[in-house]
Amino acid sequence: MSTRLATGGRFTDRGKQIGFTFNGRRFTGFQGDTLASALLAGDQILVGRSFKYHRPRGIVASGSEEPNALVGLGQGARFEPDQRATTTELFDGLVAESQNHWPSLAFDVGEINAKLARFLPAGFYYKTFLWPRAFWKHIYEPVIRRSAGLGKAPHPEVRDADRYEHFHAHTDVLIVGGGVAGLQAARNAARAGVQVLLLEQTAHWGGRTPVDGGTIEGLAPEAWVTQAVAELAALDNVRMRLRCMGAGVYDHGYALGYERLTDHKPGAPGPRHRLWRIRARQIITATGALERPLSFAGNDVPGVMLASAVRDYVVNYGVAPGDRTVVVTNNDDAYRTAILIKTSGLDVPAILDARPMGGGALMQQARDLGIRVEPGRGVSKVLGGARVTGVAVCDQAGGGSMLEEIPCDAVAMSGGWSPVVHLWSHCGGKLTWDADGAFFRPDPSRAPTGADGTPFVIVAGSANGHLGLQEALCCADGAGKDAVEAIGCCLEESPVPKADAVAEAPLMPVWLMPQGARADLRMKAFLDYQNDVKVSDIQLAAREGYESVEHAKRYTTLGMATDQGKLSNIHGLAILSDALGAPIPQVGTTTFRPPYTPISFGAIAGEARDAVFQPLRRTAMQDWHEANNAAWEIVGQWRRPYCYPRPGESRHAAVNREINATRESLGLLDASTLGKILVKGPDAGRFLDMMYTNMMSTLPVGKCRYGLMCNENGFLMDDGVVVRLSEDSWLCHTTSGGADHVHAHMEDWLQCEWWDWKVYTANLTEQYAQIAVVGPNARKLLEKLGGMDVSKEAMPFMTWAEGSLADTPARVYRISFSGELSYEIAVPANRGRAFWGKLLEAGAEWNITPYGTEALHVMRAEKGFIMIGDESDGTVIPQDLGLHWAISKKKEDFLGKRAQQRPDMARDDRWQLVGLETLDGSVLPDGAYALAAGKNANGQRNTEGRVTSTYYSPTLNKGIAMGLVKNGPDRMGEVLSFTAEAQDETRDELSTVEAKIVSPVFFDPKGEKQDV
Amino acid sequence: MLILHCPCCGVDAAEIELAPGGEAHLTREGPGSSDAALEAYLFTRDNPRGVVFERWRHAYGCGKWFLAARDSVTMEVYGTYSAQTHAPPQEILDRIADRHPDRAKAL
Amino acid sequence: MSDVMAPMAGARSEGLIAVEALPPQGQISLRCEVSEDYRAKLGDLLGLGVPEPLSAVEEGDRALLWMAPDELLLLLPYDAVPEMLARLNEAFEGWFIAITDVSDARAQFRLSGPHLGDVLSKVTPADMSPDAFTPGMVRRSRLAQIAAGYWLRSDSEAQVFVFRSVGDYAFRVLSLVATPGGEVYHHTREAISEHDASSYV
Repeated sequence: MSTRLATGGRFTDRGKQIGFTFNGRRFTGFQGDTLASALLAGDQILVGRSFKYHRPRGIVASGSEEPNALVGLGQGARFEPDQRATTTELFDGLVAESQNHWPSLAFDVGEINAKLARFLPAGFYYKTFLWPRAFWKHIYEPVIRRSAGLGKAPHPEVRDADRYEHFHAHTDVLIVGGGVAGLQAARNAARAGVQVLLLEQTAHWGGRTPVDGGTIEGLAPEAWVTQAVAELAALDNVRMRLRCMGAGVYDHGYALGYERLTDHKPGAPGPRHRLWRIRARQIITATGALERPLSFAGNDVPGVMLASAVRDYVVNYGVAPGDRTVVVTNNDDAYRTAILIKTSGLDVPAILDARPMGGGALMQQARDLGIRVEPGRGVSKVLGGARVTGVAVCDQAGGGSMLEEIPCDAVAMSGGWSPVVHLWSHCGGKLTWDADGAFFRPDPSRAPTGADGTPFVIVAGSANGHLGLQEALCCADGAGKDAVEAIGCCLEESPVPKADAVAEAPLMPVWLMPQGARADLRMKAFLDYQNDVKVSDIQLAAREGYESVEHAKRYTTLGMATDQGKLSNIHGLAILSDALGAPIPQVGTTTFRPPYTPISFGAIAGEARDAVFQPLRRTAMQDWHEANNAAWEIVGQWRRPYCYPRPGESRHAAVNREINATRESLGLLDASTLGKILVKGPDAGRFLDMMYTNMMSTLPVGKCRYGLMCNENGFLMDDGVVVRLSEDSWLCHTTSGGADHVHAHMEDWLQCEWWDWKVYTANLTEQYAQIAVVGPNARKLLEKLGGMDVSKEAMPFMTWAEGSLADTPARVYRISFSGELSYEIAVPANRGRAFWGKLLEAGAEWNITPYGTEALHVMRAEKGFIMIGDESDGTVIPQDLGLHWAISKKKEDFLGKRAQQRPDMARDDRWQLVGLETLDGSVLPDGAYALAAGKNANGQRNTEGRVTSTYYSPTLNKGIAMGLVKNGPDRMGEVLSFTAEAQDETRDELSTVEAKIVSPVFFDPKGEKQDV
Repeated sequence: MLILHCPCCGVDAAEIELAPGGEAHLTREGPGSSDAALEAYLFTRDNPRGVVFERWRHAYGCGKWFLAARDSVTMEVYGTYSAQTHAPPQEILDRIADRHPDRAKAL
Repeated sequence: MSDVMAPMAGARSEGLIAVEALPPQGQISLRCEVSEDYRAKLGDLLGLGVPEPLSAVEEGDRALLWMAPDELLLLLPYDAVPEMLARLNEAFEGWFIAITDVSDARAQFRLSGPHLGDVLSKVTPADMSPDAFTPGMVRRSRLAQIAAGYWLRSDSEAQVFVFRSVGDYAFRVLSLVATPGGEVYHHTREAISEHDASSYV
């Protein structure tokens, strides 16, 4: 059984017991345990069910490469699926649940899939569920989704209890990996005095070396690590972060670090995760190597583990995964596991070494301890279902005939090591095949290059394929030196730390065990544990023509699970290469993409959630709107009042009330969001003549003019009232959503095309609070406030004046977007709230009524005024909207003029603006299409127009609409059929609404009301 | 994620401080131009694999436009320069020629 | 003055740093060539030197901030703006310059405390390390999702300005990332020794 040893555990504090539950059962562990080590200590071998076949699965690894031990962690607002037990630090009260099982972990109905495994080969989903199509949505997909898949997403109504943040760091040298290689690289880089940032993904410095043994500078590795960490921590130019994984490397020295701050102490103050957004001049990846499994039948039975992981559990946590452990290997390193187990007082019945001649000095050590070593042998299959009961031994060279059965309760396997090359590869670093080590290693001649075209990533230690301790230290020492030299610093020579470790005999590549395994064995030899991909699946993919490694990956799903094939990719590749008869380097690898292991959505979002999910822009009067029950309309990042419903009043009723009050007496609108751009300078008039379709240079000082802006493609972009402030300055109003864009557009043309024109712009949108005072009593209100002559004579329609109203400095524009007598008043934004209050107070005698954007829309539609984004959609030219009057014919040029001369823009059957009135007075559906006879080439009904704005007009007591209709203005009085809102799907015909083409100006066509 | 040196204010700006503006050194075609010239100006872009000349605006910084020469494959930046110019500076062209001897020959 | 309300007036939060919204601040935008003749005229008028790129000069209650190659921002008392505008307009009569009152267009915050650099690095990609961003420097960049200007007044004090409509957003974001528990000890390393060093190394 798997159990806690009487002594040992580098990381565990046996004085501190910790209680936790797994699938509701209570367990205890020690401070310093991972969830995986504590489960193993409690003999919980079975931890989950596999993705497709629901096979029982146990812990395989001890780190972030773990494919099997994924659990649902936490509860409620802190529940998170798919968390690796091997990287989950134990804390008091931890609650974990296994995944992908039903009804229980021990008894799983889905296990039937395993019995049907021969019918569920690679590409099964693609092949089987093609027909009938209708079955997919309602039958196949729901069933597959329930039986396959990993953890469940948190409930959509539950809010994450934690907060997250980003941190931008700039450093000279970033080192990823805090093992002995990372530490030595950091020591060297730090000596040069440059800024060094060192990240380690686990809670401990030192990596694997303290487990694997040897000596460095005469010290045990652990003592050397302690010394190196203390030395680095004392330096002012070094920053070190534990629990911070290097997640990705990107262009120009950008890297992401994923720091897990409180995962091991939930509820502690501070953010849970912090995403480090790092800019480094040089990056050293000292990310180590991962041990590979061996591909033999039953290599997924709980109790089969990586040999290095078994060692980790014994040394780091004082946990032995079994009483009797068979070691199976193709290299010397696994002998360390056998020796450790034996010297810990447990039994190693045999070491099966696939190499015909066995290993070197370590083999001898094992034999000296009395361990039986069987060279040239392998595992034919693992015996046992829910846990290992023994292994069937065979010749590695054969087809799998059993020579002997060895009872055991654990298997420690080692198929060699693969350097962790992910970070090197993320940004384009290329790999080269190392035939001796049977792995891909970084090719230093094809490194990722940065902004200056030179390499910016250097690999150190075993990540570079240097698996021996001395070689790794040498490599890391050089990496630190190379990094500082690459950024222009010189480093005095210093000796590389001297290391001692037992020499190892060469490994023999073993991609399948035994070499000629029979079909029934290959069908149980798993490559990708998490996605249930077996040797036979890859061979099938190759037979079916999926020769590209990227295609074979997608067809079989090899390496596509949350572990991204950390354990499986090289084996899968080797099997594919064998099936294709092509050498491994020619088959190549799939693409390594960040992040190295999954990172939380919270870390990606950072602080951007809840109230600061996105910036919400506020006008100076926003608090009044909030206090007065405004319903909101989203306009870019603004929230504008849509209307102000009174208690018990519907929105529709509120809008009608606001319109009636405004048309009958006095309304008030917060128009602060309108863009206001100052354009000033000797060439400002000439510039605006290019920006607008109208002539703006001739606008007299003191006057206002409605203007249209087009892009170079001729399409309408923005509109607004332009005001001539003085001889050399104009103020351009833009739409609320368009202010920033229009300002940027102006600056673009000034800086990049007409840079010799003397013009300055300033975006003054935020400087002013702007309030529209609208309605027959508007003038009376301003006269009551006092301070300016606002009479018709002093301030005629489309003029402006500056002065003071109610002791507030104000600029008053006599413009109207409603057809009513109207003044738009700009006051300094800091005074906006007070001025709004003065207007409300003084206007009470006229039932002054604040109105929202919907009333504004209805009133402008009653007048036939267009709205950018309703009547225009990026494909509409001003001519389509009957705005010929606003397009200067005198000007030689303006932006969009040439494009408007294209034949398609001059076509006489374009869809053009008209008013629309339903025959029954109802409101047309927004966006409804006018039907034309016949069908188009795609069998769709032909159309000849569409509704662009549609409202109920309380003024006229009927529905009114505007739309674009083919040849519309020439078809006044014609009745068209529009698609109705509700369609009866049982009928073949479309439900329609009849509407008559009318003038778009529904109200006060002569404009008498606004010009009083 | 790119870093481009803003030649206007001297800041090495991160990509998230910049706004892209597409191909540089286009010649505006106004009234009087042919349909073909207008089409080329509005729509036809080279989008080469390799050396590109681009417009960028230091939108979150000094607000100024500038031009950049870089490699769309390797992301190498050959230089950034003023937007108030019709052609890249010789110094940058030399650097490109130096890095791409074949290209220099073809030109 | 009771009618005048600066954005976020009175807002203040205390955490790793103190964030406080400043009272109304006079601000005049000057867009002009920063050539010798303009420099000389501005210097005479303001009693302030013209700042070098990416920096500010200050004297008493006035400061001149470098915003762009052709843009300066004059900070002065709110009430002094009308008179200053008049003087500037008079002095630069006939010159090519845009003198604009933007006193109400921005929200200004004072940020102070020993964790200043670390807190700023949570919201801006600009390098906030003490070597790169020194007192007297001005840097315009991002503050989370919005544009912002940072003027470092001392090692532990900065003035930050954003458009007024997003003053509320800026205050909330800064207060949030300054919540205790979020210490980073990256720029302000000396503080480590006072805390639990073992959790950082």
